[in-house]
Amino acid sequence: MGESLVPIYIMGKRYEVPEGLTIMKALEWAGYQLIRGCGCRGGFCGACATVYRVPGNFRIQVGLACQTPVTPHMTLMQLPYFPVNKAIYDLDKVGSPLETLLQLYPEATRCLGCNTCTSVCPQKLQPMYYVAAALRGDFARAAELSFDCIMCGLCAARCPAQLVPYNIAIFVRRYYSKHMRPKPQHLKDRVAEIRAGLHDQALAGIAAASEEELKKLYLEREFEKL
Amino acid sequence: MKIPYFPGCTLYNKARGLDNSTRASLAALGVELAELPQWTCCGTVFPLARDNYMGMVAAARILAGVAGEGEDRLLTVCSFCYNVLKRVNYEMQHNLEARQKLNDYLEENYGGEIQVVHPLEICKEDVGFNAIQAKTSRNLKGLKVACYYGCMLVRPALEMGFDDPENPTIMEEMVAALGAEVVEYPHKTTCCGSYQVLHENDLVRQRVRDILNSAVAKGAEAIITSCPLCQFNLDWLQEKILELNTGFRQIPVLYFTQLLGVALELPRESLGLEQHYVDPRPLLLGAMPPLR
Repeated sequence: MGESLVPIYIMGKRYEVPEGLTIMKALEWAGYQLIRGCGCRGGFCGACATVYRVPGNFRIQVGLACQTPVTPHMTLMQLPYFPVNKAIYDLDKVGSPLETLLQLYPEATRCLGCNTCTSVCPQKLQPMYYVAAALRGDFARAAELSFDCIMCGLCAARCPAQLVPYNIAIFVRRYYSKHMRPKPQHLKDRVAEIRAGLHDQALAGIAAASEEELKKLYLEREFEKL
Repeated sequence: MKIPYFPGCTLYNKARGLDNSTRASLAALGVELAELPQWTCCGTVFPLARDNYMGMVAAARILAGVAGEGEDRLLTVCSFCYNVLKRVNYEMQHNLEARQKLNDYLEENYGGEIQVVHPLEICKEDVGFNAIQAKTSRNLKGLKVACYYGCMLVRPALEMGFDDPENPTIMEEMVAALGAEVVEYPHKTTCCGSYQVLHENDLVRQRVRDILNSAVAKGAEAIITSCPLCQFNLDWLQEKILELNTGFRQIPVLYFTQLLGVALELPRESLGLEQHYVDPRPLLLGAMPPLR
């Protein structure tokens, strides 16, 4: 890492931080203690969504604080949480999935197709298109398009029609997985094996093993082929 | 012939039969519909405020996307989608402010180059009614059909440029080509009441009753349309109309593509005829190939 410092603006206040740091490390370097808005530090959990702008570009930019390096004169704010209403539902009691979706999240139909959600998704997803697919009852498509969503909150923060795309998407994926998508045969077979007690003995053997034996078993374990 | 196809949201659920029968019957006529890989709702209703550009964004993006693929036409069958796409396209051609605002926002450079087409136009101009006539099995002979256009397909005349807005005849020409008998009646472009059905149910039901009675009085045995909302109002309100009006005669209301499919002897499971309130199958049974 270089010795030079770059100026950045955290919630409007100027700090000089070493270049090459991620936004998250820069926040900590500047003296912030992260209690919320910081999770896996690996780009998966979606807790550290950040909005920023850089001079000379009118566009709002987004990134995960743990993944995005600082650049000179960037002005940023972290979005540890965005308030949304979460519907409660019992997947076993859902009748028509599309009608249920519209009852749980009636604002979904307010989507104008402006595509602002897509422009701020740090996962490079296209929330507008998964919402559109969900709204026409194409849950398979909506589930596929939204699969990599980390629910960071940015699309909900920016939506002019006040939708919460990721809550729509997680209902769709839950319903799709439970009721629409065919269950994989290998999973069905394995569950049947477990129910039939086929692995009870092996499990009892592990439970009774000494620490040394466990370590040996762990190191020699077989990896499932991908 | 392959044409980009915008199905529209309703055709993915309530109007599955319109989607299936459109794809199947056009395929039988040598027209392959290539559904757009990504699409959103068209906006459903063309914004009435002239400067409500936000209401035109979705349709403008759809059109610009098709143009970006190097295509020159976009086909859609739902009367509402057809109306919105065609009118937004008209704005992109003629309203310079709308064009600039929408292009600035979408970061596109679209000037309305796409031609929005309806299957009826494809049947008439690309396939030709004579060619269709040659392909039908004359199984609809004697069937008396009333054509219902409603509003969205033909109005406003300037933007839509679809047949004669006061007295369109394109559907009748198709019915004649299919070997069925055209029934003339005065209400073929009367509004069915549209989405007012949600809060003015009584009013819409009375309009629908007048339209249906008029067609039945002229001897119609079936009504055809291209609009999912007209189909819903004309068909599904008949239950209540019958309940309130002794002597009311129910009549099947189906999509023109379903009638086309029957005439082309397509497999009946591809046409969605079972999805209507007044079942058209008994009427068409004689014309139907046996279930496979």
